[in-house]
Amino acid sequence: MQFSGRRKKLSPSCQADLYEQALQFYGQPPLENISLSEFESFAVDRMKLLKTVENLGVSFVKLSDTYKNKLEAESKNLKLSPRQDNGLSEHEKRRKDHISHFILRLAYCQTEDLRRWFIQQEIDLFRYRFGELNSKQKLEFLHKNNLQYDTISVEEKQALSKEIVNSSYAVSGVKVEDQDVYKVPFQDALDLVRTRKVYLKAGYAYIPHQDIVTIVLNDFRTRLSKALALTARSLPAVHSDERLQPLLNHLSHAYVGQDYSIQKNVGKISLEQIDSLSGKSFPLCMRQLHQSLRENHHLRHGGRMQYGLFLKGIGLSLEQALQFWRSEFIRGKVDADKFDKAYAYGIRHMFGKEGKRADYTPYSCMKVILSNPPSQGDHHGCPFRHSDPELLKQKLQFYKVSPSGISQVLELVKGMHYQLACQKYFELTHNVEDANFSLNHPNQYFIESQRALGGGKESKREADAPQRSQESSAARGSTAAQEAAAADASQNLAEMTEDLDSFFNDS
Amino acid sequence: MPAADYDSASLPDLLPLYYRRLFPFSLYYRWLNYGGVQKNYFQNREFSFTLKDDIYVRYQSFSTQNELEKEMQKMNPYKIDIGAVYSHRPNQHNTVKSGTFQALEKELVFDIDMTDYDDVRSCCSQADICSKCWTLMTIAIRVLDRALREDFGFQHLLWVYSGRRGVHCWVCDEGARKLSVAARSAVAEYLSLVKGGEETVKKVILTDPIHPFIRESLSLVEKYFPKYALQEQDILGQKESVDKVLSLVPEDVRKTLQQDFQNERKPETRWKILKDQASRKQNTTKKGKHFEKEIMLQYCYPRLDVNVSKGVNHLLKSPFSVHPKTGRISVPIDIKELETFDPFSVPTISLICEELDRPRTEEEDVKSEEVKENEVDAAENRKIRDYKRTSLAKYVRYFDQFLDAMARSWKGELLKKSDLQKEF
Ligand code: SF4
Ligand SMILES: [Zn+2]
Repeated sequence: MQFSGRRKKLSPSCQADLYEQALQFYGQPPLENISLSEFESFAVDRMKLLKTVENLGVSFVKLSDTYKNKLEAESKNLKLSPRQDNGLSEHEKRRKDHISHFILRLAYCQTEDLRRWFIQQEIDLFRYRFGELNSKQKLEFLHKNNLQYDTISVEEKQALSKEIVNSSYAVSGVKVEDQDVYKVPFQDALDLVRTRKVYLKAGYAYIPHQDIVTIVLNDFRTRLSKALALTARSLPAVHSDERLQPLLNHLSHAYVGQDYSIQKNVGKISLEQIDSLSGKSFPLCMRQLHQSLRENHHLRHGGRMQYGLFLKGIGLSLEQALQFWRSEFIRGKVDADKFDKAYAYGIRHMFGKEGKRADYTPYSCMKVILSNPPSQGDHHGCPFRHSDPELLKQKLQFYKVSPSGISQVLELVKGMHYQLACQKYFELTHNVEDANFSLNHPNQYFIESQRALGGGKESKREADAPQRSQESSAARGSTAAQEAAAADASQNLAEMTEDLDSFFNDS
Repeated sequence: MPAADYDSASLPDLLPLYYRRLFPFSLYYRWLNYGGVQKNYFQNREFSFTLKDDIYVRYQSFSTQNELEKEMQKMNPYKIDIGAVYSHRPNQHNTVKSGTFQALEKELVFDIDMTDYDDVRSCCSQADICSKCWTLMTIAIRVLDRALREDFGFQHLLWVYSGRRGVHCWVCDEGARKLSVAARSAVAEYLSLVKGGEETVKKVILTDPIHPFIRESLSLVEKYFPKYALQEQDILGQKESVDKVLSLVPEDVRKTLQQDFQNERKPETRWKILKDQASRKQNTTKKGKHFEKEIMLQYCYPRLDVNVSKGVNHLLKSPFSVHPKTGRISVPIDIKELETFDPFSVPTISLICEELDRPRTEEEDVKSEEVKENEVDAAENRKIRDYKRTSLAKYVRYFDQFLDAMARSWKGELLKKSDLQKEF
């Protein structure tokens, strides 16, 4: 730990005004050198915070009271809350916020997936924090960051008042009168457009002041993704540095989750076993896909991807996968020739044997639940999220889940705790009291199920063992294993701090 | 349903004729060149061809209209797809450093396919269509066309019949072509109201306040609903279809309606009873109070394939491509004549090739002289005369008008550019 001696007090005052406000756009990198111990704890704490942001977003309605309370508690706990409390001084907390953000940029700039994850969590965090500002502080923030948007005239506002009220939740007619309405190209308010929470006319979005956070976030997103791209480009030195590269990987990996694309059990499962495994050890989403594949001898693209990657993850080899899909498809409308022409490519692609050799990782619950919802003719998605509760109920009855169990599951679904509902289903069907793991991946469900059923028989036990600790580190909640992984990460961090400050300056 | 006069076995004989004498190359080039406003816009555009026996060739690109013409006449593709404008020439995509070959721009496109409505039409299923269910496409065009123009401010919308069971929309405005993936998916999601797959019964759920976009869309749907849904599809006739509708109403109302329907058989009156229940509900409770609107939307609202619209590099079947199964040409639809558009009267390749062989009448000769006199190229002239003699003529004429309107807008662009240049 000799690095701590390197700490140079580099004119801390020159950035003092950066910390005048509770919130910032992270436009300027930190210029000071920091001590090793700070570096470690900053990085790990922010990772924890972002992970909390992610988990809360899945378990609760974003910006609901519970969500806000929990996020506030965790921010305080990690001393990353911009609010007043008795811990660090305001200045110190803001400094920690600033520096930790920049450290994580380094770890998360390297691949598309990591960038997306990082941006998403940072944006959610920003949205929450912006919402906590009072209106005076919000105006100050806009002013300080030079954010100016066009407002519409009083007459125009009157003329459009009814439409504006009907387009945005929680605004009433009177309130529209009292606030500015901004007019921006719809491209600058995509979050509102997507959810249809804004009035659109001739390509412009009309945004009441209370929703201005959307435009601000849009700005933030644009800046952040540009900055990450730049950081990635200015990091060739990191890529060639044997100490830094594995560490940055570790930093990002431990928190994005287990990588189920690494095939561990290839060939340990035979095709004949799949039917029985699907009943015993597949999560509902995969069981549903398997069943409709058997019934229709076909799955549309979304289903092929979700199910195909899952099968790859449980250990099907490419040859097995090809055989599996072909034998099912040719029982339907597709003949062998057509299969080889139209579908085989896609399957080889999944295994990285064709095309760009993109690495296709089996989908996590988050991905299944949040992206590409099923539409007409689709069977993919998460049954807890995408099925009508009535149908889900019937299905659970059919699978012989007890009435009290069913109502517990449905209760969780109602509260939008889809993964918890799935976990409850696991407990009910495996006769365990407390699943003792935090579900976040269909492949994890499979592994846990095999383990619970005395797995040794159907998939090799020793192969799962090393996955266990990593898996849990990615799990929700603050478990002991997560602490361990964090400690692990910080140990690696200790070996790298040396040259990092120089990278910030380039970004 | 293949047209009576078309036999797919004759395609290899007809395609050469079609590409030699009928395909409107010059308009096609004029379209994709977009006035030459941006450099290499046509040259960096991906085309893909489906050849005989489903052989699929991607990343075709052409430097001139002539080259495109020659190649199509040589390959005689069964189907043509149009992709994105890339950073480099697509046919050289293997030679550029990986990662630098990127899709930059494309029209914003929409794909509406009748198979996505199978749970709400009783007349046909899968790839089949009839004049009854075609109303769904008419509604789709009405609703989307309004929203894309009025809400999003786009002007140059080319609607195209896919040749079999659906329609495509190409939004050609410069702003639309430059949209990011995120923006495309936001637009598509804004326009999507029917949600959920095979595991969802109730696919439309409205909450207060009802967004102006939904109000506008509803008022369009309402115009078609009585004739289309109540009469033609008879959704309140047979018990089975009635049950389907009733599965979409709140439980407490369901019982009442079941009873009321026993004394009343007429679909229109049944619908009126249902609507009365809905308006009563509106005054009392909050939950499920818009159920009659939700039913109309679930049965009639356009169902988009969001994934097609999202991707910049997604390929979509080109206008004037032939549909190999039906032989029909993918023709642009003039929405001024939307209500009378009949997919079954869209010409097949065999029909127009046959028309070409008919001896010309005098009247036709006179008419063909009126064709743009100043068109210099003789071969070009002959080709124009050729298609003028076929039933393809009116569609080509409409395409021409569409391009004229667009040309007016990019002329503005060019002027701006040359003004800028003068300043330097
Ligand atoms: S929670 Fe995850 S594993 Fe369970 S059904 Fe949903 S997506 Fe599948
Ligand atoms: Zn029909």
